[in-house]
Amino acid sequence: MESRRDVFQAIADPTRRAILTLLAGQALTPGAIAEDFHSSRQTISKHIQILTECKLVEQEFNGREIYYHINPKKMKEVADFIEPFRKMWDARFNKLESVMKKHKNK
Amino acid sequence: MEQKTKVNAEDGKQELVITREFDLPVELLFKAYAEPELVEEWMSNPYSTTKMLKLESKKQGGYQLESKDAQGKVVFRANGVIHEFITNKKITRTFEIENTPFGVQLEVYEFENLTDDTSKLNMHVIYESTAQRDEVLKLPFAQGLNMAHNRIQEILTKLKMTK
Repeated sequence: MESRRDVFQAIADPTRRAILTLLAGQALTPGAIAEDFHSSRQTISKHIQILTECKLVEQEFNGREIYYHINPKKMKEVADFIEPFRKMWDARFNKLESVMKKHKNK
Repeated sequence: MEQKTKVNAEDGKQELVITREFDLPVELLFKAYAEPELVEEWMSNPYSTTKMLKLESKKQGGYQLESKDAQGKVVFRANGVIHEFITNKKITRTFEIENTPFGVQLEVYEFENLTDDTSKLNMHVIYESTAQRDEVLKLPFAQGLNMAHNRIQEILTKLKMTK
C-alpha cells in the first residue's frame, strides 16, 4: 500500500478529477487533454502520470499517438469504497438483531 | 431489494449517518446498547471477543471496551463519555479508539419506535475533520485490500518454499 499511489489521493485533486471526467467521455491524447486546461502541458502530464500509476487511467497506442482512457474497473472500486464500511455495520447489526431475538425469547 | 443498513456520507462533510431498521421492539434495541453483557455478545464474532471493561449507562457515565483475537491478544481498545442517556430514545456519547490517529468522534444514537415489533436506529457520527472521516470510512476498504495483499504474499511465499 505504501509504495503505490493512493487512489484516494489521486482523486482528491480537482484537476485530476476534471481529467477523469474528460476521459469518461472519450479516449484522448495528452495534447488534447492539455488543451482543455490553463495549466502547462508538463503539469497536466504529471497529473496523467499519477492517474496512470494508480491505474485509474490506462494508455493505449494508436499508431504513433498515445491515447489515455479511463479504467472502469478501478473507477468502480473507488465509487464503491463506502460499501465495505456499510457491510461491516450491516454484519454487526445483523448480529445485534439475532442476539436480541434470542434474548427476547428467554 | 432495499438495503437494511444505509450509510450516508456526503462528499466534503465531516459527518456521516448510518440508519438501520430492526425486527425488534425499540426497548430491546435500546437494551442492546445499555447492558454490558448484551453489548459484549453482539460485538463479539468468531475472530474477536469483546469485553466491556466499563459501561455506566447514564448521563455523564463513561465506558471502555476491549477486543481480543482468538489468541487472546488485545487488538482494539476504545473508550468514551456518555453525554446524554434517555431510555428507549437517545444516547449521545463520544468514541475514541485508543492508540490510533483517528481522534475523537461524537455519536448521536436515536432510537425510534416503528411498530410494536420493529424499530429504527439513526446513528449520526461527527468527526474532527473531513479528512478524518474519510480515513475511518476507508478503513474496512483498506483492510480488505491488505487482506487480499497478505493472502497473495502467503501464496507467493509458499510457492517459493516448494521450489
